[in-house]
Amino acid sequence: MSHSPSSFDEMIAADGTIREAYQGYRDWYDGQDQAALRRKGKEAEGFFRKTGITFNVYGDNAGEERLIPFDMIPRIITAREWRKLSKGIEQRVRALNAFLHDIYHRQEIVRAGRLPQRLIAENAAFLPQMVGMVPPGGVYTHIVGIDLVRTGPDEFMVLEDNARTPSGVSYMLENRETMMAMFPELFSKVPVRPVQDYPRRLAKSLAACAPTCAGENPVVAVLTPGIYNSAYFEHSFLADQMGAELVEGSDLRVIDGRVAMRTTRGYTPIDVIYRRVDDEYLDPLTFNPESALGVPGIMDVYRAGRITIANAPGTGIADDKAIYSFMPEIVEFYTGEKPLLANVPTWRCSEAGSLTYVLDNLADLVVKEVHGSGGYGMLIGPTSSKKEIADFARKLRAKPENYIAQPTLALSTVPIFTKAGLAPRHVDLRPFVLVSPQGIDITPGGLTRVALKKGSLVVNSSQGGGTKDTWVLED
Amino acid sequence: MLGRTANGTFWMARYLERAENTSRLLEAGFRMALTRDAITAHEEWRSVILTVGATAAYEAAHDSDYSGDKVWNFLLREKGNPGSVLAMIEAARTNARSVRTALTREVWEAVNESWMSLKEVLARPVREAALGEVLGAVRRQMTLVRGAMDGTMLRNEIHNFTRIGTFIERADNTARILDVKYYVLLPSVAWVGSSLDNVQWESVLRAVAGERAYRWLNAGKMDARGIASFLILDQRFPRSLAFCVDKLRSNLFGLAHEYGCESSAHQLMRELGTTFHQNSIETILDGGLHEFITAFIASNQQVAQAIEQDYRFYA
Repeated sequence: MSHSPSSFDEMIAADGTIREAYQGYRDWYDGQDQAALRRKGKEAEGFFRKTGITFNVYGDNAGEERLIPFDMIPRIITAREWRKLSKGIEQRVRALNAFLHDIYHRQEIVRAGRLPQRLIAENAAFLPQMVGMVPPGGVYTHIVGIDLVRTGPDEFMVLEDNARTPSGVSYMLENRETMMAMFPELFSKVPVRPVQDYPRRLAKSLAACAPTCAGENPVVAVLTPGIYNSAYFEHSFLADQMGAELVEGSDLRVIDGRVAMRTTRGYTPIDVIYRRVDDEYLDPLTFNPESALGVPGIMDVYRAGRITIANAPGTGIADDKAIYSFMPEIVEFYTGEKPLLANVPTWRCSEAGSLTYVLDNLADLVVKEVHGSGGYGMLIGPTSSKKEIADFARKLRAKPENYIAQPTLALSTVPIFTKAGLAPRHVDLRPFVLVSPQGIDITPGGLTRVALKKGSLVVNSSQGGGTKDTWVLED
Repeated sequence: MLGRTANGTFWMARYLERAENTSRLLEAGFRMALTRDAITAHEEWRSVILTVGATAAYEAAHDSDYSGDKVWNFLLREKGNPGSVLAMIEAARTNARSVRTALTREVWEAVNESWMSLKEVLARPVREAALGEVLGAVRRQMTLVRGAMDGTMLRNEIHNFTRIGTFIERADNTARILDVKYYVLLPSVAWVGSSLDNVQWESVLRAVAGERAYRWLNAGKMDARGIASFLILDQRFPRSLAFCVDKLRSNLFGLAHEYGCESSAHQLMRELGTTFHQNSIETILDGGLHEFITAFIASNQQVAQAIEQDYRFYA
């Protein structure tokens, strides 16, 4: 699909004027020397390589570390826009947690007939081990990433909820660092809300969820699958910034009913695990017996209330794409309010009427796997060949319940810096949300992902997407 | 501090040290070979391979062809050689990455940049004309890392484990150089004081970057005894065995102080220290230099193993 004029550009209005959010920035930008900016762009890449901000690639070039391209034009959101957005995000996150509590207890939402039983019962993300237990602090999703897309001045929609282990926050932080290092004077001209205290807030939020057996200063550790994981940089970065230990499964053991880490002085109990390991690998005694990444017996300690696992196991049930289509009902059911943030209209292919419609309109739709992620296994109708569409239709007919479909959205664009000057590219936004008994804390901004190819709608870093610094302006 | 983190910083330091020492050894070998006829030059390169303990691996790949370019490429970059400088820098960087939270940003960046730049430098076989420059680049990068460590790391347990790794490795390397050269020189006992002897010993000094210091201390007088004493017992020289032992002791003491207790490594360390206090170069040579060195390498290794165990490096 080529970039259509109907896409909303966040910097430049249809009549060529600069929108409010970008006025301060453009004043500065127009006074810059283009050649100097190009040089800065090159410097930024060197900076990322040097600091090791890379992600690992699976598959063909396994083991190779790559950079996520960084674009130096910021994505800017006004204070007014952000206020509205954050209310919607907060409402959604509250609903997600209430939903998770309900699903693992009385399932009132199913009893009330608002959600089909089979969506829970037949869902691999539902963990029977979580039934009837309340995680320490009552929180299920301690860290949430809500993926938003924009289609108009006031039209933000939720594309996806990330309730398991959302990644990308290190890029939000490093992008800001990079921008401040590259253009310090810019930040004295344009008032931007800071994001740099995220790690401190994360540490505080996690500590507030510690189990009752924890001391006054709960011990927090980040659990990583290790240096070959694609997000290892982020794991070490966050542990470093929080002053927490970065542990691997082999460092941990259950001793005297607590999870403990092997230090040079012996085993020391820990209270909160920020785990970046999937549910399936968390405990070989409970889940995948082959897993070497987890801790044997951790689920027993967890059920005894003597360790906090963030996010709680089994939260995947809330960000499943089939559940996603019910989010408007879910928000209303638990908050008693109309959803402030809309969903992208979604057809559930499991329903016969929807399936017929989707099959008839494949060329105009985006079809996704219910359990897929990373932009893989999906069909983007408008950019696919007749043969690709026909092949996909066969897969769809064979297993309709595996798919959902959405209209091809006219995603908003923000300019990127190219050799030929500014050029519009499609973007999305992932704000990061922290949840603890003390409240919901949303970092102003988040991670903006941008499709670097002209006209492309795929922003995933694994498929040629880049990132931008995201600014929320001060009031 | 995690046992795995102590392990990672310890090995990061060991690999960096070994990479540097290998490049110094090559430098000395190169210089020796230049001043010799082809046959003696091959002998010289053979002893370089022997010193790093890679004879079997080398001959598996190149039989007994000890021509210079084969040897230095093997030790610098050959894929099948896990002990190549490139492989060791990579291993150091992998260890650094796995303990990144224990390192300062500057140390991590120095290690990472070293790896990036040496990967580039060693991407293609090294020609004779470029060898000096390449070896210089290796040394420079290692100096950078050392500077970052010295200038930015807290003097705590993390620093102690890093330093212990450095000096275990350095002591081992210096001892091996001495041992191999001793063998080479044994048949020439009669030549003590002869010029060939001097060149050999000078090469030993060069391999540990000690030729100028030694000359300065001894007014240019080269003799085997003086050099052996310098490399084994001189506490002022940072690559002597006595210096390494002293640093090991003080870093182990740092750990005992911070932890409030000693470990079995401390006991072994005391025993190792005693051999240095009680020996003069005369008693060492009388008892046999080779025997002394062999015993030293074993004790040094025992201390390393005790540290790995006492501080729970492995699950």
